[in-house]
Amino acid sequence: METYSLPPKPKNSLYKKVKRVIITLLVIALYVWTFLSIDIDWGRAIERAISNFHRVIPKLFNPDWGATGEVALSMLETIFIAFAGSLMAAVLAIPLAFLAAHNMMGGKIFSTIGKWILSAVRAFPDLILAILFVVAVGPNAFAGVLAIAIGSTGMLGKMFSEIIESIDMEIVQAMEANGANKIQILFYAVMPQVIPEFLSFAIYRFEIDIRASSILGIVGAGGIGTMIIFASNNRNWNEMGTILLAIIIVVTVIDFASSRIRSKIV
Amino acid sequence: MTNENNSLAEKKTPSIYPAKIKMQITVIFFVILGIYLFSMYWTQKEMVGGFAGALGNMFTVIEKFFPPNLNVVPAIWGPMVETIQMAIIATTVASILTIPLAVLAARNVTTFKPLYYTTRTFLNILRTIPDLVLAVIFVGLFGIGLFPGILALIVFSLGILAKLISETIESVDMNPLEAMRASGGNVYQVIWYGLVPQVLPQFTSLVLYVFEINIRASVVLGYVGAGGIGLILNQQLGFYNYPNAMMIIVLIFIVVIVIEYISNKLREALI
Repeated sequence: METYSLPPKPKNSLYKKVKRVIITLLVIALYVWTFLSIDIDWGRAIERAISNFHRVIPKLFNPDWGATGEVALSMLETIFIAFAGSLMAAVLAIPLAFLAAHNMMGGKIFSTIGKWILSAVRAFPDLILAILFVVAVGPNAFAGVLAIAIGSTGMLGKMFSEIIESIDMEIVQAMEANGANKIQILFYAVMPQVIPEFLSFAIYRFEIDIRASSILGIVGAGGIGTMIIFASNNRNWNEMGTILLAIIIVVTVIDFASSRIRSKIV
Repeated sequence: MTNENNSLAEKKTPSIYPAKIKMQITVIFFVILGIYLFSMYWTQKEMVGGFAGALGNMFTVIEKFFPPNLNVVPAIWGPMVETIQMAIIATTVASILTIPLAVLAARNVTTFKPLYYTTRTFLNILRTIPDLVLAVIFVGLFGIGLFPGILALIVFSLGILAKLISETIESVDMNPLEAMRASGGNVYQVIWYGLVPQVLPQFTSLVLYVFEINIRASVVLGYVGAGGIGLILNQQLGFYNYPNAMMIIVLIFIVVIVIEYISNKLREALI
């Protein structure tokens, strides 16, 4: 009688096994350390939650329609901050992206420097940038614009440089062979290939910036965040409900519009 | 006369783009420029001294930030570690909670349409709420502390993670799954032996990506009282103690870069 057996399992080398064991131990150690040293006052949190629940949650779902005008105005400011910021970032990111793309400037040094600048910029959370700009230019919406502009430049620059690296270089070479100068190559070989994707990513970043700029007001950089902080300090949860509703509607509408536009461009 | 004809003929070389598209592009360009200029006017109208004054001020203020005060590192190290721990816990809990949501939001696994659309809509709404707004609400609910911060991070990362993972599930190769079902595998066997091996590397990579996002988000949660280093940063800025604040910002910068580096290396090893 024939016996059936499972196919043999792939053999792992000793090195791989040891590596796997070490990684598992490290992860377990990380978790043990985390859960042992974190200090949460459960009793107080639960007690507070029970006493606050009816004061917060039902009010969030019962928006204060009287504040609609004010909320709409600060939401508009939020959109303006995001728009001005992402447009500035899209323009700033282009030269940095050309610097960081390894197939453009010749020489690996430039591309390494460019990549370092871009990752350094990306490491700052938006709100930290906003804090710095609030100190620098004062607590107003323009600080938010600058924070969004710098914060978005990091990501857009990285995306743009990847797009530039993926273009068809044969066209560039053909033009070089025909005696075109650098400017002509830039305008007739590189630009037509990258512009649609540049636009698409800039619009995508605008979506992210709408979300980012809606909280900048918490550090004083304008937009609807200012109202969030007032509403939370005054325990005005009805108004918070209105603000939340405004953010959800605006973000959803802009996401939808932007994905429609992007699918048309690319 | 002939010259004129020549120049006319030259002008008639057809352009790459039709006139209609050119018109459209010009109009769009001017509309965008118009909104931009209006935005710049709007956001600067509350500024005292205008743009030039602010620029001059910027340099005097930046000078105050330097040099960062290295002596505060031992004092801020504790809250920094706490911040990282918040991100670790939140990412772990979110990655467990995300599994059922991601399966429900994947079109190829959840064939019951109303359930699929409900989950999708829920996740879409969840993703529109910024992390700090969640933190403000949870602080109102649970009081100041780490717990509301962790909760805010969980809810925030759940929205992102469930969407990304459901997209991964939607892109898996369905053939092995069908083969298993045809040879008599039950639902759990199909998921465990057909779906999990295909999704797991992507899943781990996305969890690491969300962990990076959580680290960035957690450093500012303290601003609204939800624990972590943001609280101390807020205090130091409130005291106008700029060298201390700068040191905190530098520390955040270093931690974010180191964690991103580690997470990138791990992801490269996975895929």
